[in-house]
Amino acid sequence: MIELVENVLIKNGLLFAFLCVGVVMWAAFWVSRNVLGGKIPGVALAIIAGLALAFLGDKKGLADIPLFAGLALLGGSMLRDFAVVATAMGADLDKIKTAGLAGVVALGLGILSAFFIGVGVAFAMGYADAVSLTTIGAGACTYIVGPVTGSALGASSEVIAISIAAGVVKTIVTTVATPLLARFIGLDNPHSAVVFGGLIGTTSGVAAGLAATDPKLVPYGALTATFYTGLGCLLCPSVLYLLLDWIMA
Amino acid sequence: MTIYGVALLAFCFLVGKITGTLLGAAIGIDGDVGGVGFAMILLVAGNTWLKHRGGLPPATAGGILFWSAMYIPIIVAMAAVQNVKAALSGGWLALLAGTAATVAGLLLVPVLSRIGRPDLPQPRADD
Repeated sequence: MIELVENVLIKNGLLFAFLCVGVVMWAAFWVSRNVLGGKIPGVALAIIAGLALAFLGDKKGLADIPLFAGLALLGGSMLRDFAVVATAMGADLDKIKTAGLAGVVALGLGILSAFFIGVGVAFAMGYADAVSLTTIGAGACTYIVGPVTGSALGASSEVIAISIAAGVVKTIVTTVATPLLARFIGLDNPHSAVVFGGLIGTTSGVAAGLAATDPKLVPYGALTATFYTGLGCLLCPSVLYLLLDWIMA
Repeated sequence: MTIYGVALLAFCFLVGKITGTLLGAAIGIDGDVGGVGFAMILLVAGNTWLKHRGGLPPATAGGILFWSAMYIPIIVAMAAVQNVKAALSGGWLALLAGTAATVAGLLLVPVLSRIGRPDLPQPRADD
């Protein structure tokens, strides 16, 4: 009988995912209000619970378990991007316009700072060839820029794995640290959210971090972050690689 | 009707994605450059334009606002399907590079936020 019930849940995976997320969010908000006295926002708690649950699975997190495969559809890039675009309904065109220049500067500086920090750490840990250094630096941008750059330059699979891992670490650190540090870095208005999105760039991390800080800021951060990965894929395997190749030689 | 809102949102989304993909192809990247960003700008601009003409009918707007409200649950689902084990398997190099890059980005937020902020120097009278 249990098998029959399980089959129904697997067949209707997306709907079961709605139920699961609803339960997780209800529990997170309950704990936030009644146990933590509202000190940690319910949204932040729910996202951390999601990350913790992902340890039960493997590459696709909890979705590796067939019963929870529907979560991969609900949390996949199609519905995520669709919902991110929908948040733009609450965005103010004038605020985006005034933050435009700051956002563009943030994008450039965000990619350069992440790249050279990644390169610096890799160099300190013993990597000395331009291809590996560039790939790991690209991974410090986002977990998509890393493997795209690595495969374009012909990096080893070990180095590509490290670059993906660095990008995933960035996403998770952003998700957890943003609500905690938001006050100290003045992240409480649309203007700084546009800058934040451009500097950090990992769309999932920026979106999750801002959602946990103040959901009203999500569209502003997501707007700039969405350009980051594309720009990184453009700059890392070309200009930045040539620059490193020249420095190392 | 609610479906008009959902359809409008899907239209903005797809136009943005196509623009981003074409831009990517134009600069030689197999992927999408700012597709979501273009879609958002399209929706914001369209919404502002419609506001001057009486705005969207409430039911139509509801079709968009529903997806906007589903955003956080979707993020929770996304967190649950992350490859968290990979984040740890990359060892110290990945942990250090990812964390340092994030911290640097966060610390630059207050510095760059000064650019083009019109309301910073003088105290605001209206609120």
